[in-house]
Amino acid sequence: MATTEVLLTTPLHSLHLELGAKMVPFAGYQMPVQYPAGIIQEHLHTRQRAGLFDVSHMGQLLVTGEAAAAGLESLLPIDLDPLPVNQQRYTLFTNDEGGVLDDLMICRRSETQFLLVVNAACKTDDLSYLQNYLSAENTVKMLEDRALLALQGPGSVAVMSELAPSLIALQFMQAAECEIAGVPCFVTRSGYTGEDGFEISLSVDCAETVARALLAFDSVMMIGLGARDSLRLEAGLCLYGHELNEQISPVEAGLSWAIARSRRSGEKKAGGFPGSERILQQITGAETQKRVGLLSQEKAPIRADTELQTVTGLPAGKVTSGAYSPAFERAIAMAYVPAKLAQPGTQLNALVRGKLRALEVVELPFIAHRYQQN
Amino acid sequence: MSERKYTDQHEWLEADGDLITVGITDFAQSELGDIVFIELPEVGAALSAGDEVIVIESVKAAGEVGSPLNGVVEAVNELLGDAPETVNEDPVGAGWLIKVRTDAAPDLSGFMDEAAYNSFTEDC
Repeated sequence: MATTEVLLTTPLHSLHLELGAKMVPFAGYQMPVQYPAGIIQEHLHTRQRAGLFDVSHMGQLLVTGEAAAAGLESLLPIDLDPLPVNQQRYTLFTNDEGGVLDDLMICRRSETQFLLVVNAACKTDDLSYLQNYLSAENTVKMLEDRALLALQGPGSVAVMSELAPSLIALQFMQAAECEIAGVPCFVTRSGYTGEDGFEISLSVDCAETVARALLAFDSVMMIGLGARDSLRLEAGLCLYGHELNEQISPVEAGLSWAIARSRRSGEKKAGGFPGSERILQQITGAETQKRVGLLSQEKAPIRADTELQTVTGLPAGKVTSGAYSPAFERAIAMAYVPAKLAQPGTQLNALVRGKLRALEVVELPFIAHRYQQN
Repeated sequence: MSERKYTDQHEWLEADGDLITVGITDFAQSELGDIVFIELPEVGAALSAGDEVIVIESVKAAGEVGSPLNGVVEAVNELLGDAPETVNEDPVGAGWLIKVRTDAAPDLSGFMDEAAYNSFTEDC
């Protein structure tokens, strides 16, 4: 590879190598793309049992201050007033054009403190953005001394019932502090695979101890970025830089549910976030393009940036993510298509190496979410 | 059968007279990861050395395999349509890709032997 870029490593780097990971550059880090079992086995294992993911490359940002909630509400289409301590939400940094700068999780840690988990590739920009736009009475800090692990899959809860039984009471998107293998951890019941699971924030110095304690269970297997991508794609979840970018609005992305009711037109805290005029108009109006799922009859992946056509050969948008789906044993993809072509059942073609490949528009997610929600 | 030879595109070839069997190496299948689709040329197709006539799609990446020689496709591995993972499992055996009948008596002296290929992959 003809790059002189110095890649960072996560605190689990030596563990990845010990487990036989293939390392690839990702967002400035050396990350495991797969282990010897391979992407398909890792994917299926996570769906059936439990997968452990090193997501320490992601940014953990702590925003603290009397004016933190008001400041964050000026940047995010969220209502933080009703958000209890240790409750997490999915939200987006929007720009003035109504596009998306990053998508993130935000969790209230106290009346005046919020923990944000942001994409690795965006984290330094997010940090300076917050430092620039939040008033000086707030502090914004990147938690460089924290690692992040995700335990995902139906077997996760049995593992936690042995290691940290207090976590079992959590519902999807709730958080708690606990100890795992003697290490203090901050855990949310969330993840990005569509499965029940936990995300564990902890000191970098103890990350390997906790990872090894989790891997000691027969049901837990280490999972690389390859399967992480096919799992999130089956779950119909957006990946920044693919389904989300500075030109695509949250409404087009099918994320209107992430715009708090109170921030919508005519409500008590309407607007007041970047791009709110365009975004709020789109919620009530008709979008021109929509994010859809596409299912192929064949196995060969139809990858990002592949051009789509209608059956009569007219342009019909572009694939944003494509993968082989171990669940369907066929290729699946997400794409933006003109709104009139977004109806499930619509037949489209993808142009792959000069040949047309048939695809059908299907409902998202491809695989139903199995979050813990009573 | 001649000694197995290797290309810098991570293909292997074995000659039986002027019939050359072509596949990808164990190194190549390992780099590609789980293979889910293989597109092979038609039997009877005329190939020129360097033509990218085979597409191998893994869950990670798409790879194109060029014909190492001039010739005509005499056989393709039909097994790979339903079981492309055979190339992961047995790349230099059951996972062969195509057999090419060469135009003239093949000269394989320009390709690497196993020792040369092994040292070549160490630099990859």
